[in-house]
Formats: sequence, C-alpha cells, structure tokens
Amino acid sequence: MNNILYKRILKIATHVLLMTGALLMLVPFAWMISTCFKDINNVFTYPPNFIPEKITLDSFSRVFEIMDFGRYYLNNFIITFLRMFGLFFTATMAGYGFGRLEFPGKNFLFICLLGTMMIPIYVIMFPSFMIIKNFGWIDTYQALTIPQMLGAFGGAFSIFLLKQNFQSIPRELEEAAIIDGAGPIRLFWSIMLPQVKPAFAALAIFSFNGSWNDFIWPLIVTNSDKMKMLSLGIARFSSDKEGLTQWPEMMAASLMALLPVVILFIIAQKKFIENASQSGIKG
Amino acid sequence: MTKKNIRKIKKYFFGYLFIAPAMIGFFVFMAWPMVNGIIMSFKKVGLKGTSEWVGLDNYTTLISDVHFLKAILNTGYYTLGIILLGVPLALVLAVILNQKLRGMTFYRLSYYLPVITMMIAVSVVWKGLLSTNNGLINYMISFLGISNIPWLTNPKWAMPGLILMSIWKGTGFNMIVFLGALQNIPKSYYEAATTDGANSLQKFTNITLPLISPAILFVMITTTINSFQIFEQAYVLTGGGPQEATTTIVYYIYQNTFEWFKPGYANAQATILFAMLLIITGIQFLLQKKWVHYE
Repeated sequence: MNNILYKRILKIATHVLLMTGALLMLVPFAWMISTCFKDINNVFTYPPNFIPEKITLDSFSRVFEIMDFGRYYLNNFIITFLRMFGLFFTATMAGYGFGRLEFPGKNFLFICLLGTMMIPIYVIMFPSFMIIKNFGWIDTYQALTIPQMLGAFGGAFSIFLLKQNFQSIPRELEEAAIIDGAGPIRLFWSIMLPQVKPAFAALAIFSFNGSWNDFIWPLIVTNSDKMKMLSLGIARFSSDKEGLTQWPEMMAASLMALLPVVILFIIAQKKFIENASQSGIKG
Repeated sequence: MTKKNIRKIKKYFFGYLFIAPAMIGFFVFMAWPMVNGIIMSFKKVGLKGTSEWVGLDNYTTLISDVHFLKAILNTGYYTLGIILLGVPLALVLAVILNQKLRGMTFYRLSYYLPVITMMIAVSVVWKGLLSTNNGLINYMISFLGISNIPWLTNPKWAMPGLILMSIWKGTGFNMIVFLGALQNIPKSYYEAATTDGANSLQKFTNITLPLISPAILFVMITTTINSFQIFEQAYVLTGGGPQEATTTIVYYIYQNTFEWFKPGYANAQATILFAMLLIITGIQFLLQKKWVHYE
C-alpha cells in the first residue's frame, strides 16, 4: 500500500517539475505574443502583465511601414524554396552516385565531401565573400541561393543521408529492373528514387529550417535593403536607435518571422524529433 | 578500343555526372575558400583587393593581440557555461521524460520548440526579457530574493545572460538526443538488475550511463563545436559589449573582416579557430576510447 502511495506522489512530483519547466520554456513566447498587442507605454509595466488592458493590433501593420517587412518575407520564401529544390536535386544525384554507382576515386571524393561538414561558414567568411564578389553576385539572388543549392554550407549531411538510403535498397530490386530492360535513367528515376522517399521528409525539414533562419550568409553577401532576408532585417532594425524603443513592432516582426517554421514543426513534429534523436544514436 | 572498355568509360562518366553538382559546390564554395583563407592569412590584403606576402606577421600580431585573447577567453567562458549547465540539464530532463507519462507530447513539444526558432528573432525577444528595469527575467528571479541584475549592460553579467538564453534555445535538442539513446536501451537489462536487487542509482550508474555514453560524447562534441561558433546572440543582444565582455572569436573575426577591413588578419584568426575546432574534436575522440562503451 505504501509503495503505491509513494509511486503516486513521485508521479505527481514529476508532473509538477516537468510542467514548471515546460511553462518556463514557453514564457518567452508568451511575452512576445502579449507584447505584440500592447502599445509601447504598457510593455514594461510593474508588475508585468501578460494580458494587456487595451488590446491593439497596430503593431502588425506598423511593421510593414517602418521596415520593408513584406519584401523580406517574400525573399525568405523565394530563397528558401530555391535552396530546398536545388538541394533535393544535388543531394539525390550525389547520394545515388556515391551510394549506387561505381567510378574511380569514389571513396576519396566522398570523404572530401564529408570533411567539409567540419568547416564552419564562420571560418571561411571572407574567402567565400570574395568568391561571390568575383562572380559579380553581391546583392543578388544567385549569391543567396546557388551555393546552398549545390550543397555548400551544410548540405553535406543531406548527401550523406541520401547515400545511406540508396545503399540500403536491396540489390535484387536493381537486378530485376535491369533484367526487365530498364536503362540507367529509368532505373534511377522510376525504380530507385521512389525507394528513398522517406528521406525526403527529413531533407525538406532540415533545408527549410536552415534556410528560413539563415543569418550569416545574407549578412555577408547582401547590402541593399531589398535583398535582405528576415533575420537580417530584424537584426538591423533592432539595432537602430529607432527600433530600440519600438518593442510591440519588433515582437510582431519576430512573431511573424517565427510562424512558418513553428507551423511546420507542429505539423511534422514527429519527423523533427526523429531527426534529432537519431543523430545521437548514429553519432 | 574494345566494347568492354567503352562500356566502362560510359559507366564511370555516368557516376561523375551524378556527383557533379555536389562536387562543384564543394570545390567552389567550400574547399577553395578554405585553402584561399589559409593562403590569405599569410598576406596583407588591401582595400582595393591588392595583397602582399607578409609571412607569419598576422600570426605574430595575433599572439600579442589582447583583444583576440579576450575573445578566446569569452568564447571559452561561454562554452564552459553551456557544457556545465546545459548538457547536464538536458540529461536530467531526458531521464525524467523517459517513462510513460501523460502529456508527453506537450512536454516534448515545449522543450523542443526553442530549438527550431530563428535565433535572431528570439534574441530580440530575450533582449526585452533580460532588460534590467522591469524585465520579466528580473521580475521572476525577484521571487527568489535576487535583486535586479544588470544583464547585458554590465560586463560581469552580459555573458551569463547569453548563456542563459542559449541554454533555453539549445537544451531541447540535446534532450531529444539523450532521450533517443535512453529509449534504445533494452528493458531486459533493467529487469535483470532489479532481480539482482539493484537500486535506482545503481541502475543509472551501471546500466544507463555506460550505454548512453556514445550519445553523451556526441552531445559534448557538437555542443562544444557549436558554442565555439557563437555569433548571432552576441550580434543582436550585446553587439560584443559591454567593454568587449561578449566579443567572441567569431564576432572578432567578423569585426576585423567587415568593419575594420583587415581580412588577412581576420583569416589568421579564422585559421586558428579552425585548428582549435579540429583539436577539440581530436581530444574528444581520443577520450571516447577511455570511457565510451560501444555495443
């Protein structure tokens, strides 16, 4: 009897602990959301209140007036989708090449490629800026998309993932297709490609999330306002003298910037968490 | 040329064709900049793109540069904070969450949510939360009897402020990694230990810890490597200040490159940073032989 009581108390204590932690994690979001609906005079009140006395939606429309927020938002969508589709193409091709095809120097080239995962973008800030400058791409969409479409700056992991997936397809499937008279293109396109579909979800999530939140690359290769991505726009605005005082607008901008990824996360949370939890088991 | 050879060449060509886009990306945007960066670290690069060889000058300047030393110390402080506070916290959370509980999805969701959010946007939010007068964090800790802390504006407190925020942002990821490893442990091990009369603590130290040691190593490596590259938080929250208290290595490289236009010098710093990351990874891989159990 005592044992059951003890277990129940332990369970309740666990819940209290976890719930407190969870609420603490959510507090910053709650503050952000509540600040959006306040006017500037009610942001830092004592004691803080999460439900404003007078609710106003002004901050959301003001964001579009005080900075070119619509343009940043559009840029984010354009750049993110271009990068995502480019990486799909590059990673699938390379994954198939390294996973299923034979050619001299294969292992060496693959190790080189994986080695780039060790190179952080911060280490090559200036030389990669110089490349973009020499191409005449500063302040263009090419600069913001083409390197990532070709798998640079973090794409190596996607290639690795696809390679693993292609490798795990049984030989028999390939042989049967060849006996049936499938050429190399058809073999790739209609036999092998459908087999790695599950990996695409992971790739899409990695790529979307990474691109959407990108900061350092636009910081390096763009300088005009119309080419800014969301994070850069928000960072610049928040460091302006003007921005320092406009908390409701800044929070509205942040909220809108976070929204697409949060929605994606809520829809595909299983996949997100699966990706993270597997990285440790493999590592 | 025999028919067989032609077929072979065709086959190889096909292989190279498939990896071509990735290899172009790799050579043009990763390998060449890396090599070029190291070359430039031995040069003095001028405003108009002119450059001259200066040998080891950049490196000798670096050794006596107190600001760079400060940046290294700041980065080390930050990394230590995350490793000592953030990683154990993630492990504790994972152990608690590794049981059948109601509301599991909600807990996982709320702990993981900060991980996926845009660093810049949440940094702006934290700038408000950490504000000294009437900031929410100071209000919350006032219940613990702690009076207003000048986060972000005081050299002593700026870095703890960044650490606090980064723990909030990153713990969910490490927690999920640990949770994945914990769920991989066969239940039968614990059952066997129970029959042998082991208590919870014994089970944890003799079964759980050894079996999740690969995950602990993975988390330590990735956390250290990521922490050494801290930049965005410092950019938004403090701008490297006050009094260089949050000028991290990457922030200093950024300033040298794009604000003071000393790219040659900055590349010497970047090369040092890269070498440090390699050494850290090397040390931790050597350590794994000592204390990590792979099945």
